Amino acid sequence: MTFRQTHLLGIEPLHPEEISTLLDLAQDYAEAARAGRRHWDALADFTQINMFFEASTRTQASFELAGKRLGADVMSMAMGASSLKKGETLIDTALTLNAMRPDLLVVRHPNSGAVDLLAQKVTCAVLNAGDGRHEHPTQALLDALTIRRAKGRLHRLTVAICGDIAHSRVARSNILLLGKMENRVRLVGPPTLMPAGVAEFGVEVCEDMAEGLRDADVVMMLRLQKERMDGGFIPSEREYFHRYGLDAAKLSHAKEDAIVMHPGPMNRGVEIDGTLADDINRSVIQEQVEMGVAVRMAAMDLLARNLRQVRGPREVMV
Amino acid sequence: MPPILLANAQLIDPEAPETRIGGLRIEGNRIAEVWEGAEVPGGALDCRGHCLAPGIVDLGVKVSEPGERHKESFASAGRAAAAGGVTTMVTRPDTDPAIDTPETLEFVARRASADSIVRVLPMAALTKGREGREMTEIGFLMDAGAVAFTDCDRVVTDTRIYARALTYARSLGALVVTHVQEPGLSAGACATSGKFASLRGLPAVSPMAERMGLDRDIALLEMTGARLHVDQVTTARALPALERAKRNGFDITAGVGIHHLTLNEFDVADYRTFFKLKPPLRSEDDRVAMVEAVASGLIDVISSMHTPQDEESKRLPFEEAASGAVGLETLLPAALRLFHGGNLSLPQLFRALSLAPSRRLGLETGRLGAGAPADLVLFDPHAPFVLDRFTMRSKSKNTPFDGARLQGRVRGTWVAGQRVWEG
Repeated sequence: MTFRQTHLLGIEPLHPEEISTLLDLAQDYAEAARAGRRHWDALADFTQINMFFEASTRTQASFELAGKRLGADVMSMAMGASSLKKGETLIDTALTLNAMRPDLLVVRHPNSGAVDLLAQKVTCAVLNAGDGRHEHPTQALLDALTIRRAKGRLHRLTVAICGDIAHSRVARSNILLLGKMENRVRLVGPPTLMPAGVAEFGVEVCEDMAEGLRDADVVMMLRLQKERMDGGFIPSEREYFHRYGLDAAKLSHAKEDAIVMHPGPMNRGVEIDGTLADDINRSVIQEQVEMGVAVRMAAMDLLARNLRQVRGPREVMV
Repeated sequence: MPPILLANAQLIDPEAPETRIGGLRIEGNRIAEVWEGAEVPGGALDCRGHCLAPGIVDLGVKVSEPGERHKESFASAGRAAAAGGVTTMVTRPDTDPAIDTPETLEFVARRASADSIVRVLPMAALTKGREGREMTEIGFLMDAGAVAFTDCDRVVTDTRIYARALTYARSLGALVVTHVQEPGLSAGACATSGKFASLRGLPAVSPMAERMGLDRDIALLEMTGARLHVDQVTTARALPALERAKRNGFDITAGVGIHHLTLNEFDVADYRTFFKLKPPLRSEDDRVAMVEAVASGLIDVISSMHTPQDEESKRLPFEEAASGAVGLETLLPAALRLFHGGNLSLPQLFRALSLAPSRRLGLETGRLGAGAPADLVLFDPHAPFVLDRFTMRSKSKNTPFDGARLQGRVRGTWVAGQRVWEG
């Protein structure tokens, strides 16, 4: 087993072997969960705190469930409502929570780099649940596991990532992960939603959906991030759907057995056709959610093992 | 007062092509005589071959008085300047409140003369409250001692108001210092657009925004005939426009901050907020182009853009952290990196650090000749050290050079013939 990280802050610091290790373990958890198992003790006597400075339903629920299945004491805090409104800085909040001696801290924050900053100030393992437009590593890992299960491998695949790349941390983490695992990545979307310097990312860039989806094994749709848009990126949602929304006609350019993915929550009729999203023959969106729990279990398990190594035998059970 | 003799020094005369060994005699507050040769007359200070240059004139220093004295006072800034070989601080009006009336300017002048051990020349705001709506009392402010007019990092977006202020300033012969930026493009940005900013997920501005701002200001300069100094040119794309404007005989000069000459965008690394500047750090290509532009004289002035910020305003997520870095004490050792790297000679360096800003402001300083004011810096350009930010004299310690290996220590600083620093 190779997994040397003390935090999971992004895909960028991960070695391909570490990614494989994590996915292998997640695969085991996923299979066991399908077989009906609900309880493990990998995180027994560990405390997990979820700090979400930005609203989230599915990621927070997924982390919470993952922690509970592994036997951790889990506490979730909606940070938007509390101390930040009283003027407390991020670091003070972190130090306060750190003083409660948690073992795992799961953090989402609207500013890029905020989770890195926080990780420097605490003594527990930190998991990035999304920071600004920077990274969302567990999403990329669950996407990778879903792809690996559907395609039987995670290399030499053509993956089209479509839509609002510029505002998407999911896209950044996926570009990094798929690149590290030696896949061919295409970014598809209007140029106003492409990040600057995209040509240097080591990916192909397409402004046309048909061309971008040609012979793709995987079609990954991104949510149009309405809350991150100051306006003026696209003329209208209907024109966007017409040119970049995924429907059966556009999907026909991809390989016949191409899978359709979406990190959720979906804007039906904006970036994806509702019927297609529900088509169980093409869409793996529900499986992505299922793999999310397994990947988060694996990530926390591996970090906990490293944490135990650093700390030494924490307490002797009598 | 008996004369002071400084002998056996490597004299850096910005007006000369090369340095030479020699010495000088200070009578009162002026240099009375300069000689060549290594002899050390009786009673003279033996400089042991260290460099002796005209003191640095730092155009664009923020002293946080009034408003934020906990970040920097005239006393602490003066000590930092003396330790860094800066003999004149040309201060910025972006304080709280802004220095936009003769009364606040008089307050600043009074505080400065009471507390600072180096010279302070204040700049005043170009528009009231730096809000870009009404011009300040430029005439009264000049009478009160304002040496230039600037809204600092705020761009006057209303071109009509800006044109009127420039026209009025021209009638008084006032120098306007401008920050060139297209504010629509740069709004909310904290990095330079490109692969690095995109991977870090930081809101970024295209380097083109600087050229657009410069193009606009040059057009207004042509329209009004004002005297203009661009505070910081930091991108290669802006240089041809500057070069053209100079060739066409417009009264324009330009500066660059030391950090944009010695650091690039990658130094931000994992969101290090001490590297958050305004304008943001640029690509390595831009940095190299700026160094070449200083060498060729296209960029006239190097300044520290000294901007004190306390720990709290920097210990935040990158987007929310305050911009700016302190630089009074690190300006010279950082600039010497360009000398040690073979990019600039010592006279070239002091043309940009001392002579050019003095000339632009109509000062007598910046020269190393008989009759010039005895504002001097004596330094050992090779002395190595590792910077510990907590040893700095500034009240704020927000330097990007913390832990950096630097070369060049100031051994002595004289202001008007008075020694204000001994190191």
